[in-house]
Amino acid sequence: MNATSAVSPDILKIDAASETERITANIRDLVFKKLRRKGAVVGVSGGIDSAVVAFLCARALGPERVLVLFTPEADSSADSLRLGKMVAESIAAPSLLENITPILQAAGCYERRDAAIRQVVPDYGPGHKCKLVLPDLLSGDRYPIYFMVVQSPDGKSEQTRLTAEAYLGVLAATNLKQRTRKLVEYYYADLKHYVVAGTPNRLEYDQGFFVRYGDGAADLKPIAHLYKSQVYQLAAYLGVPQEVQNRVPTTDTYSLEQSQEEFYFSLPLKKMDLCLYGKNKGIAASELAPLVGLPEQQVERVYNLIDAKRNATRYLHMPPALVEPIPEI
Amino acid sequence: MPSIEREIRSFIVENFLLAREENLGDNDSFLEKGIFDSTGILELVSFVENRYNIELEPDELVPDNLDSIASLAQFLQRKLAAQSAIPEMSVPAPSVQSGL
Repeated sequence: MNATSAVSPDILKIDAASETERITANIRDLVFKKLRRKGAVVGVSGGIDSAVVAFLCARALGPERVLVLFTPEADSSADSLRLGKMVAESIAAPSLLENITPILQAAGCYERRDAAIRQVVPDYGPGHKCKLVLPDLLSGDRYPIYFMVVQSPDGKSEQTRLTAEAYLGVLAATNLKQRTRKLVEYYYADLKHYVVAGTPNRLEYDQGFFVRYGDGAADLKPIAHLYKSQVYQLAAYLGVPQEVQNRVPTTDTYSLEQSQEEFYFSLPLKKMDLCLYGKNKGIAASELAPLVGLPEQQVERVYNLIDAKRNATRYLHMPPALVEPIPEI
Repeated sequence: MPSIEREIRSFIVENFLLAREENLGDNDSFLEKGIFDSTGILELVSFVENRYNIELEPDELVPDNLDSIASLAQFLQRKLAAQSAIPEMSVPAPSVQSGL
């Protein structure tokens, strides 16, 4: 693209040192004064967001007051645990491993998911792997319609469009994973009189990329105001292990490796980050387009999709609705 | 014989607008009006495939074809006409019970 943008390429640059000071002061105030707890449980996935939250909590509260929790299950990548342990070692915080596969098996998570997949891929069974993907928005003006990619035991991959019923069945079953993780996190929070720290970044929080009462549940969300590229800046400043910084963000929810953009954002995260920022700051699509490296029409389309996603996921942020307010509480 | 437009409108009102007091024009964008989430689009596609006994190809799942009552009706008329030389504006008998 030859056009140049009037928008600075540094629009998402932050002062990592002062931002770290601001967040850690906030964590201390929330945990010790407002929530009156003694520390924080952080579920560490081996990804950049949970690593940064663990580092921030360790700085704010002291590493001995942070419990790093690993909750792998049958479909988790082995890398997730290895990188998670690297994070816990880097901050010298105590850590615990709770394999949640038996809980998920008892809850029928895998069986229910496989039954839903068999609605569209009848021979899906043991030895098969799967993931949900969205079409790439860059390849054309397309609807965000989910497809199931299934890899058979002989390594062949096929992509099948889901029916609404199958999609909801897969989602309902796999959401058990995030909710079980949170169940375990709150067990340890209760046990130690700690809070649970949530790990969403701004893109995830804004666009509803979380499971209600699953990974969306937390007592504080210290990086929910930061764009993904700002989380990377904090990671570099805090000294998060380089391998964690370099890892491609995944959902770590399906047996086939699934990037976040395949599953939810449908654009590379860097571009999505810039588009969200541009939309929030009222920057015209024509101004932002050269910086993002997309045609103006495409940026406009992303702006519209951001609104559509906000509308569709607004209820995820809502507290339980009451028929009338209870002023005493 | 009900028009395709009327059937699509009826499906959307019964399944998505529900109690919402909204006027949906034939040319209003479903996306801009926030009618569907990702599940809703799949429901719409399933309805169309079952009701008109057709299969939509991945490259047909684009806003040009699906993003308003009018554009969807026109797309279906073209598709049905091309597929089985059925006269435009006529609708085959339902092959599968609609509604998800």
